[in-house]
Amino acid sequence: MDWGSLQKVLGGVNKHSTSIGKIWLTVLFIFRVMILVVAAERVWGDEQSDFVCNTLQPGCKNVCYDHFFPISHIRLWALQLIFVSTPALLVAMHIAHRRHEKKRQLTSSEKVDIEELNKQKFHIQGPLWWTYTCSIFFRIIFEAVFMYVFYVMYDGYQMPRLLKCSAWPCPNTVDCFVSRPTEKTMFTIFMLSVSGICMLLNVAEMCYLVIKFCMKAPRKPATLN
Amino acid sequence: MSWGFLRDILSGVNKYSTGIGRIWLAIVFIFRLLVYVVAAEHVWKDEQKEFECNIRQPGCENVCFDHFFPVSQIRLWALQLIMVSTPSLLVVLHVAYRKSREKRHKQKLYKNPGSMDGGLLFTYLISLIFKTGFEIGFLVLFYKLYGGFNVPRLVKCDMRPCPNTVDCYISKPTEKKVFLYFVVVTSCLCIVLNVSELSYLIFKYTIKCCLQRYDKKVQIMKSECQKLKYIDPDETARTALFHSNASPVLVNTPDKPESKTYLLTREEDKNDIA
Repeated sequence: MDWGSLQKVLGGVNKHSTSIGKIWLTVLFIFRVMILVVAAERVWGDEQSDFVCNTLQPGCKNVCYDHFFPISHIRLWALQLIFVSTPALLVAMHIAHRRHEKKRQLTSSEKVDIEELNKQKFHIQGPLWWTYTCSIFFRIIFEAVFMYVFYVMYDGYQMPRLLKCSAWPCPNTVDCFVSRPTEKTMFTIFMLSVSGICMLLNVAEMCYLVIKFCMKAPRKPATLN
Repeated sequence: MSWGFLRDILSGVNKYSTGIGRIWLAIVFIFRLLVYVVAAEHVWKDEQKEFECNIRQPGCENVCFDHFFPVSQIRLWALQLIMVSTPSLLVVLHVAYRKSREKRHKQKLYKNPGSMDGGLLFTYLISLIFKTGFEIGFLVLFYKLYGGFNVPRLVKCDMRPCPNTVDCYISKPTEKKVFLYFVVVTSCLCIVLNVSELSYLIFKYTIKCCLQRYDKKVQIMKSECQKLKYIDPDETARTALFHSNASPVLVNTPDKPESKTYLLTREEDKNDIA
């Protein structure tokens, strides 16, 4: 069970997404999940063992590390990616439910090609439109919340080289040095930019869906007349 | 053999679950299993190496770590995930048993081996009860073993061979606390889903049962009415039938010798309905 399983589940949703949705999914998996797994995890791999404080006092390093990094960047990103991907599951569940209903209706009356049914694409209209739009809305909310949490927790997006710690049992104020601060800052800014791009894509997709819906609605009364 | 194996087995359960069961499965896969593998495991990776005591006495750190963490939280979490997912396999086994039975007898014994009725419903309800029991059991175990879900920064240890009381520092306590709360929240959510599914199934099948009994009663009464229609149409007989309720009715046409006589009594009614 790993990111590959998540990709399999979300890949199924991809068929029924808009073009912007497909681009979003590609950006998510290539520029976020893959970067996290192949690069960022190595950079943060030795974060605590290479976090050095200028004291021999046992326990001081542990306490200072815990004080400055309540939740590691890597874990926050992993949680962000999971939460941001989850709304797409709502769409996957809705589609699965519709397929199931269709199967139930058709198997009673005629022979059905299961493969054909599974490959059938559902258009984003009606209740599926609402599910899809809600999922995009939640994605935007989760992205924004995580970006805000990052900002608040780490006082900005820069990783400092030196931290001054005076938490007990450290005697007085102690200098603590973060390992690979520049590399970590670069990755933080990279992940932040990609989050921003994903958010923009989600906003654009939402606008596109709303405009599409509004354009369809006035046409209906016109056709009735 | 890894989590992928469990995932593959559980994916098979999806087919035979209700809607709530599928949501439960999605929560277990995404918010518990995936979070465990990609995030939580790394937090507890070096827990003993980074557990530091303010002492140079050899063996003191080991003993203190063992005293405060008899079973590591991450191992308890893994056990919980396995135990909570396993009851669902009862359903898969029961469906497999049904299919093999059909094969053996070479005839259709069930309307659909995967449909939830009779024995399979009972198995499903049992699996829900076990799942809920395991969830609650593990939450209680977590609470009892670690004195709540809090992970302190500092623990004071006075086990031999540590001289006097020694300060020991746990690594990444805040991060561990956050993930423990995550475990608690997802467990509680799963308990709520299991209980709702249990209530829904019991309610649905009770209503179905009652409706079936009511239908049966109506059908019996209809068939009784149809039996009476075969009586030789005689005005007195018809009026006697329409106006009497449970009292014995004698339908008799003594003028025509071939006519049949029907006597409806309370005992007959009772027998028919039973």
